Amino acid sequence: MANRVWAYVDQFKSQALLASWEVVFTGRKLADQLGSGLTVLVIGSHLDALAKAAIEYGADEVLLVDDPSLEDYRASPYAAALAGAVGENKLDIFLFPTTTRGREVAGMAAIDLNTGVLVDVTEIKLDGDKVTAIRPVYAGKLLSEVVCNAKPQLVTLRGRAFEKPVPDAGRTGTVTKLPTVMAEDEIKLKVTGYQAAEGGVSLTDASVIVSGGRGTSNNSAEPPAEITDESEKEIWKAQQGFILINDLASVLDGAVGASRAAVDAGYVPYVHQVGQTGKVVSPDLYIACGISGAIQHLAGMRSSKVIVAINKDPEAPIFKYARFGVVGDLYKILPPLTAAMKERLEK
Amino acid sequence: MKIIVCVKQVPDSAAAMSVEDGKISWGDAPLVINPWDEYAVEAALRLTEAQGGDVIALSLGDENAKEAIKHALAMGCSEAILVNDPAMAGADTQAVARVLAAAIQKIGGADIVVFGKQAIDSDVGATPSMVARLLGWPAVTLVSEIVECTQSEIKASRAMEEGRQQVAAELPVVLSIVKDYGEPRYPSFMGIRKAARASVPEWTVADTGIDLPSAVVTWPNVMAPPEREVTNEIIEGSNPEEIAAKLADKIMEEKVL
Ligand SMILES: Cc1cc2nc3c(=O)[nH]c(=O)nc-3n(C[C@H](O)[C@H](O)[C@H](O)COP(=O)(O)OP(=O)(O)OC[C@H]3O[C@@H](n4cnc5c(N)ncnc54)[C@H](O)[C@@H]3O)c2cc1C
Ligand SMILES: Cc1cc2nc3c(=O)[nH]c(=O)nc-3n(C[C@H](O)[C@H](O)[C@H](O)COP(=O)(O)OP(=O)(O)OC[C@H]3O[C@@H](n4cnc5c(N)ncnc54)[C@H](O)[C@@H]3O)c2cc1C
Repeated sequence: MANRVWAYVDQFKSQALLASWEVVFTGRKLADQLGSGLTVLVIGSHLDALAKAAIEYGADEVLLVDDPSLEDYRASPYAAALAGAVGENKLDIFLFPTTTRGREVAGMAAIDLNTGVLVDVTEIKLDGDKVTAIRPVYAGKLLSEVVCNAKPQLVTLRGRAFEKPVPDAGRTGTVTKLPTVMAEDEIKLKVTGYQAAEGGVSLTDASVIVSGGRGTSNNSAEPPAEITDESEKEIWKAQQGFILINDLASVLDGAVGASRAAVDAGYVPYVHQVGQTGKVVSPDLYIACGISGAIQHLAGMRSSKVIVAINKDPEAPIFKYARFGVVGDLYKILPPLTAAMKERLEK
Repeated sequence: MKIIVCVKQVPDSAAAMSVEDGKISWGDAPLVINPWDEYAVEAALRLTEAQGGDVIALSLGDENAKEAIKHALAMGCSEAILVNDPAMAGADTQAVARVLAAAIQKIGGADIVVFGKQAIDSDVGATPSMVARLLGWPAVTLVSEIVECTQSEIKASRAMEEGRQQVAAELPVVLSIVKDYGEPRYPSFMGIRKAARASVPEWTVADTGIDLPSAVVTWPNVMAPPEREVTNEIIEGSNPEEIAAKLADKIMEEKVL
């Protein structure tokens, strides 16, 4: 009999995103509670190493749709492969990571399998085979309990919200290859190129984030004489602050974040934006430098475990949410802080 | 070129949210067009400015959704349609997607349907891919740049975790737009006047030609997040080095590194 719990592994260039293993690991736990096995589905190309890892993280059965046409992610052939793999199997729960691809594939699966999807959940409770999930809404200003009254219950799990997965090299499982479903000439979308993001740790995976806001532009250093344009001057000033922020982030193996004000003013690109219209993050440590703590920024980071605020203004709202605060100039505090952390972490 | 842009009404992003008698409340904060949808409208308008053609704004919602529609019209959309059916109150995303897809068909299809990335109220972010699947069109989601668009093909960059994916897709196509695309325009004075006078046809679900889809996902309980007890501690010292050293020790004590 087919397994009642399935998990989807999101991969890029044959590497699984971290959140995928959280999903497999959580799937294992749910399967155990239901007395079922766990099936893990991986779609892509060159997937053998991923199949082995999926078993170590908890799969009993791995289904691979492994084909050169699936090398690059494309929504339609991936969704078709997923629907094909599920086929007539009767499953209760299908878990996905809330990555850009995981969210999209899960949405399409809801249509193909005639069910619904609980998106970006942070907690799961089981009552028999019925899932009740908790998901933040209104950018985390509220929490909602959600249920899916059809099967399979599709659920996407927020990264870093579930237990940290631990592989077990001793586990065994089966690997089955499934045929692809769509021929290349049926696919109306071609991938023509790819441009890697600038290096650094991705915000959503990061366990430490150091962020900068508009306060970075409040820098007494003078820009080089060749910069005459006022907004260019401001950007130069602010970017000196982001260099300090980046230094601290590197020492902490963390990522660099920013407020919308910093992004809109052109100090750093949008990929760094934290908040309601940026990324919602939940690191173990969030250090906000020159950020006032507007409601839309707080929405994106307030569930961080430990928040540190460095701000000149003792009245800045961010201090209310901060475990530790420093009332002062980020340009004065950051260099010695980076040095002190380096020393303590023996780097 | 015919473009449909889907817009939703949401409480302002600055609203303090609460739950009163089990109901979600945004106090006296205004309802506004979903901020992401402004980027969608902007992309739709720029496409027609380059290609010729019209942009139709489509929304599913109640009376309140008219504000979102008015904003889209004021930005420059030429027409709008509101699907207003009390039976859709509390519908889940797949039900919403089925009705939007049916309405798009009823309008007579389009070359491009544009969505925002996500609605800032319930944050599901799955409507665009679901509608694409229902229509059987390619989904080009999370578009950060439209490189080229002809009558038959669109070339675009998509923002993914690892960087940008460049794709070419045959029309008709479903897009969702992210912020890198470019800042949305402000409605012009003329636009606002035109929007205020525009009459917006209202359809029921039956008018779109499908049976009422049943909701599968429900949210039996909404609550305020548990108050987090944060003990605030201001680190002081006589010079930055001393403050930094104290702060570093405090951070180490939290054992988060
Ligand atoms: C629809 C909508 C969506 C939004 N989405 C987001 C979002 O996703 N993310 C987001 O961040 N914002 C978002 N905002 C914007 C938000 O409302 C604020 O405008 C923004 O967060 C302010 O950024 P900031 O804190 O960097 O700037 P400010 O509020 O200007 O704060 C700068 C701070 O720096 C301090 N400072 C100045 N100089 C120094 C110095 N030398 N050292 C230390 N501190 C210093 C000041 O005291 C001040 O507190 C959104 C707004 C809207 C309307
Ligand atoms: C507390 C709560 C929790 C919820 N949880 C879930 C859940 O887990 N799963 C689920 O399936 N549903 C859920 N819903 C229902 C869901 O929010 C609605 O069905 C909604 O209309 C679609 O999802 P969204 O608003 O998040 O849109 P998104 O998918 O985030 O929206 C993306 C884009 O789709 C377009 N769009 C979305 N809605 C409309 C519309 N009504 N008219 C025109 N265009 C639109 C806009 O362009 C928007 O930018 C929940 C609702 C609430 C109140």
